[in-house]
Amino acid sequence: MTILVLLIPVTLAMGGIGLAAFFWSLRAGQYEDLSGDAERILHDDDRPLKPARQTDDQKTGETAT
Amino acid sequence: MTGPVGFSSPLARAEVLAARRPDGQGRSRLLLSVPGIRCGSCVAAIERTLSSRADVASARANLTLKRVSVVLESADADPSPVIDALTALGFPATPVEPGAVEADDPAGRELVRALAIAGFGAMNIMLLSVGVWSGAEGRLRLGFHILSALIALPVVAVAGRPFFRSAIAALRAGRMNMDVPIALGVSLAVLLSLFETAQGGAHVFFDAAVTLLFFLLAGRWLDHLMRERARSAVTGLARLSPAGAMVRQADGTFAYLPLADVRAGDVLSIAEGEPVPVDIRILDGHTDLDRALVTGEAMPVPAGPGFEAEAGTRNLTGTVQAQALRSADASFLAQMIGMQAAAEGGRGRYVRIADRAARLYAPVVHVAALATFAGWLVATAGDWQTSAFVAISVLIITCPCALGLAVPVAHVVAAGQLMRRGVLMKDGAALERLAEIDRAVFDKTGTLTTGLPRLGPATGDAQLAGAARALALRSRHPASRAIAALDCRAPEATDVTEVPGSGVEGTVDGKRARLGRADWVGEIASVPADAQSPVFGMADGGTLSFALEETLRPGAAEAVRRMTAGGLGVTLLSGDTAARADLIAGRLGIGDVRSGATPAGKIAALEEMRCAGGHTLMVGDGLNDAPALAAAHVSMAPGSGTDAGRTAADFVLLRDSLAAVPETWTLARDTARIVRQNFALAVIYNCAAIPLAVAGLVTPLVAALAMSGSSILVTLNALRLNRGAPAPARMQDAEAVPA
Repeated sequence: MTILVLLIPVTLAMGGIGLAAFFWSLRAGQYEDLSGDAERILHDDDRPLKPARQTDDQKTGETAT
Repeated sequence: MTGPVGFSSPLARAEVLAARRPDGQGRSRLLLSVPGIRCGSCVAAIERTLSSRADVASARANLTLKRVSVVLESADADPSPVIDALTALGFPATPVEPGAVEADDPAGRELVRALAIAGFGAMNIMLLSVGVWSGAEGRLRLGFHILSALIALPVVAVAGRPFFRSAIAALRAGRMNMDVPIALGVSLAVLLSLFETAQGGAHVFFDAAVTLLFFLLAGRWLDHLMRERARSAVTGLARLSPAGAMVRQADGTFAYLPLADVRAGDVLSIAEGEPVPVDIRILDGHTDLDRALVTGEAMPVPAGPGFEAEAGTRNLTGTVQAQALRSADASFLAQMIGMQAAAEGGRGRYVRIADRAARLYAPVVHVAALATFAGWLVATAGDWQTSAFVAISVLIITCPCALGLAVPVAHVVAAGQLMRRGVLMKDGAALERLAEIDRAVFDKTGTLTTGLPRLGPATGDAQLAGAARALALRSRHPASRAIAALDCRAPEATDVTEVPGSGVEGTVDGKRARLGRADWVGEIASVPADAQSPVFGMADGGTLSFALEETLRPGAAEAVRRMTAGGLGVTLLSGDTAARADLIAGRLGIGDVRSGATPAGKIAALEEMRCAGGHTLMVGDGLNDAPALAAAHVSMAPGSGTDAGRTAADFVLLRDSLAAVPETWTLARDTARIVRQNFALAVIYNCAAIPLAVAGLVTPLVAALAMSGSSILVTLNALRLNRGAPAPARMQDAEAVPA
């Protein structure tokens, strides 16, 4: 039974990592447009985004909506 | 009836400029509401078109919220070409007011967080509980219990907050709601389990407490999601009232000012096609005003200097200069909103069905628990620990998990059904109220009718129809548009000018011709004294006068027929003249007609029905209907109506047809039946569980199985609402907004 001393913390840690990952994805705006994201995957429009400051703009744009 | 603010007008352009905000990096950002986004290809088309423009740095469309976020390359760029490009693509867009952007839905975020934490806690504690149930003994069991307590305490403290807060608020107000027995059950379960753990006892209920919170939070989150989706869809509908006005400055030029900064006495310029922003008196210029949304009058009225018009009137044909009579917060619209707040008092007395159930349920359960405690105290000759354990287990097993889920799950399923039929439901309580109605009250203009006139029989020289159409083709007046729809060949018309407030004038076949008000046409031709407007006349020629009729909204007759057949009384409550109201009522077969009603008169009529014990459904679209929509037991507004009407109504009809009204009513009654069945299931479950609990036979394992079982049962029952539904069309397709 001493193995439990190891296994229970491992279980909790794994659950905790999952929870933290969920909160991260929530904060990062991954659930802002669920139906849109489901459709977006069908459009393989891989043009490069315009350069310069693009990523910052994109990110703030996500949280503002 | 009236389209969204057109981007050709100077006011609309100024509004777009005001909605744009610098992002602090030399660029500017614009958030657009685009109700036409319905599928992934719309998203792709919009993003591809906008991103390929030189003035756009990036564009991102949100399909769920139907919004496009555009980043413009320069901080002072004019965003109007972007909107024009979207319109050309088939997606009319309106800027979202800067104030509305920050609505970030903190309540939803808190619920999702609480749900995630409760899920984490429930899984881990259940894992430990399975160990205990399968026979862990002694120090191992104690260790599992302590570990469960360490997980459960913070989880309940965080995830239980929505329930504790609501229960405390209800108790403070001296009311009883469903959250009171829930909060009591959960907190007692945790306290008892802590005590048992400290005593090294065999039975702890940490798993039950946390699983219960998880199920209830799931129900509550779904309910919240439903309301949030309806709210964002309503704000996404085309905005009809302006956010500002073109105000004359000291140097004589006109500049855009936000509505809040417009003062009484300011001189405004109102171009054709624009809405009137505040209450005004016209100083200079002639025009025709469409007052359908303000007074319910179906036909436009000519207006000139000295004419006073309310905020929300639409200026149809000519540009006028006008003096603001009142600031925006004292204007007609604001008065309507004030009346609306006062009228809502009646509805505030409505108690939701779940809370009514809790009023009956909580005392029964709490008395049963107390009696159990007393009974066991006597039976065990004063063993208060055992007695308390059994009494609390009664409270835990009767904790209204199924009751707490029964209503929201049914409402969420119904909301999905309604969305497919093009109806937005703002709140589940509205569905409960709709199931209770015994009378439907319809507004006329814009609700039963479309507000666009069509031609009745013409009298006079029928040979002139083609010439009349030639002039009508050049005018934006609704009557002209009806004439322009005539099926006849129009000769060439030259020198055509629109004379606002009077009609259209031009040269047809080399002769002067006029189409418009009878007395104005009479200046050049001999018009019979009893001729109806509009009249067409030619110099030295005959005349032709047209009768205009109101067009019934599609499905109006069917809606009235089905609601009458369903045993409802139907009333027509209109601000228009008795003649026009009676005509429409006659065509639809409505017996009870009240015409000429002012906004206060509409409230009084609804109040009178309420005092007679009736529950009324009000269907209306105008500004003058907004207070009545709030005063009625439950209300609906067509999506084409005013912002004020859509805000006040419980349901918003996204499609043109009124057939959705009886459909929604039927679904409301089906939902009410499912909710009653769910309550019956919960009562049956409790009848079986309470004797077991009173007898002291409920172990944590039994509690966990019973509670999950009953929750799944009510959820499955609610899903039956989906049976016999139209084929599950894609939700996006169903949200088609009438243009």
